[in-house]
Amino acid sequence: MLNVTPNLSNPDAFYEALIRSHEGLSDAQSAAFNARLILILANQIGDLPTLLEALEAARTSG
Amino acid sequence: MNAPIRDRYPLAYTLYPYRKSADQDGAAIARHPVVIAGGGAIGLATALDLGLRGHPVVVLDDHEGVGTGSRAICFSKRTLEICHRLGAGQAMLDKGVVWQKGRVFHDRDEIFEFDLLPEDGHRYPAFINLSQIHFEKFLHEAIERANAEGAQIEVRGKNRVDAVTAHDDHVTLEVMTPDGPYTIEADWLIACDGARSPIRDMMGLGFEGRVFEDNFLIADVKMTADFPTERWFWFEPWFKSGASALLHKQPDDIWRIDFQLGWDIDRDKELKEESIRARVDAMLGPDVGYELDWCSIYTFQCRRMEKFTHGRVLFAGDSAHQVSPFGARGANSGIQDAENLAWRLDLVLRGRAADTIMDGYDHERVMAADENILNSTRSTDFLTPKSAISHTFRNAVLDLASRFPFARPMVNSGRLSVPCIYDDLPGFGPDVLGGPARSRAGAPCPDAPLGDGFLLDDLGRGFTLLGLNTAVPAQIDCEGLTVEGREIAAKGILAERYLGDAPTAVYLIRPDHHVVARWPAYDAQAVAAALRMALGES
Repeated sequence: MLNVTPNLSNPDAFYEALIRSHEGLSDAQSAAFNARLILILANQIGDLPTLLEALEAARTSG
Repeated sequence: MNAPIRDRYPLAYTLYPYRKSADQDGAAIARHPVVIAGGGAIGLATALDLGLRGHPVVVLDDHEGVGTGSRAICFSKRTLEICHRLGAGQAMLDKGVVWQKGRVFHDRDEIFEFDLLPEDGHRYPAFINLSQIHFEKFLHEAIERANAEGAQIEVRGKNRVDAVTAHDDHVTLEVMTPDGPYTIEADWLIACDGARSPIRDMMGLGFEGRVFEDNFLIADVKMTADFPTERWFWFEPWFKSGASALLHKQPDDIWRIDFQLGWDIDRDKELKEESIRARVDAMLGPDVGYELDWCSIYTFQCRRMEKFTHGRVLFAGDSAHQVSPFGARGANSGIQDAENLAWRLDLVLRGRAADTIMDGYDHERVMAADENILNSTRSTDFLTPKSAISHTFRNAVLDLASRFPFARPMVNSGRLSVPCIYDDLPGFGPDVLGGPARSRAGAPCPDAPLGDGFLLDDLGRGFTLLGLNTAVPAQIDCEGLTVEGREIAAKGILAERYLGDAPTAVYLIRPDHHVVARWPAYDAQAVAAALRMALGES
């Protein structure tokens, strides 16, 4: 079950770290970074139905 | 058609030279119970299985033996177990190169290694590499041995099927030979005539699926090299011979090499010896001497027929379904088609089952084909990313895999053939043992040591009732069939694979060694009901 309620212990700090991680990267390097990050986070979640819900949430929110 | 017979490819071995058959001169049209079109691996295996079960079989092939080119090279444990039953497995194992380990590289880096069968207690290894030439030759030798012992399997060389007319209860075939055309009839026609199946076209049947926009160069080279007997696969290799590359050992110092070339290529140029040598030299280094044994360029395709049974015409192997390579799912699934088909047709021909038992062949092998196509498609999508973002994710997996174990299961350089488990299909169950998942209803029996041999040797040609640590009758006559009972004191590996935590078990096993049903104890009525299900009668 996808958790869509606030769960980050420090949202501002995470957001800042995320943006800072992309500093100095080309678009291609950023895309590669994001891909690696998604795979790392997906493994942390693990559960396929939850991941499918996350994919759907991302697809329908843009 | 009526065109003269001409070889479409050179032969490695002439096995069944053309001989004029009495059918060609007879006043009346000869009728045969079974005609098989195509003398490749699947046609020969089907003929052998039916021949060993006592049926006269005519195989029609438009060549006189086995063609050059090693084509399929990886033969799975399940295929070897089937061929063992057909009398050809040991020769294949003796000749083949046994392997079970693979290594995957990205650029220069080894990402990880895998082991396909990290357990003991099987007669056959996970895979052997063997050229399709030898695979077919061993099947043909087994046919000759079977014929010497009374089987009636006739392989007619230079007999090309030019027209097929399907009737309700038989099929009429127009056959071309060097002496001109003749007509025969078959109660059943099995089309094992390959991915471009002329019979499928003659019957106007579709073959739907996908073509992947990539080309692969396949080169078998002969060299003496001390690379280990492992499957080596490179993504984006440092030697730049292709977008990916594969190196794999075959018998007789032949090595299979594949290079991924991309979509827009000049086929003729790529097939020139100097082009191939440039790629192979880059991979092996300048000091390695080798001869080019066989080369070809192919595209990846995944297709299947909607149905594999069309009245009295049955399709098996590549004629029914085609998959991309790298998973060893072509020839291996075709051999499983052959054995799924043979025991059913045997019962029909002996009047012990209705034609509807062939529906199970269609259901089960369509399920298997879909599983193979799914696996093969996923592998191809990983090997050949179709978009920039797909390529980005593919390389993200590869970049993570060398450092983090979690990413390694996503690296897909081919998911190697394992037999389909017919979960949730009609004809199986009940499964009320609570035993190990690997031997559940619908699964092929896992092998296990038994006495001085192996369990699979102990299963008969018909249905078998296994009593593990519990009594079963030695013979049950049921539904016009004889089910042979075997009591086994299960211990060790056999107990692990068939009992799990259960103290006793009764397994009903089909002639193709798939588990029909299992219970904690023998119950005559339950066994009879399960048998009726397996025969498609309830």
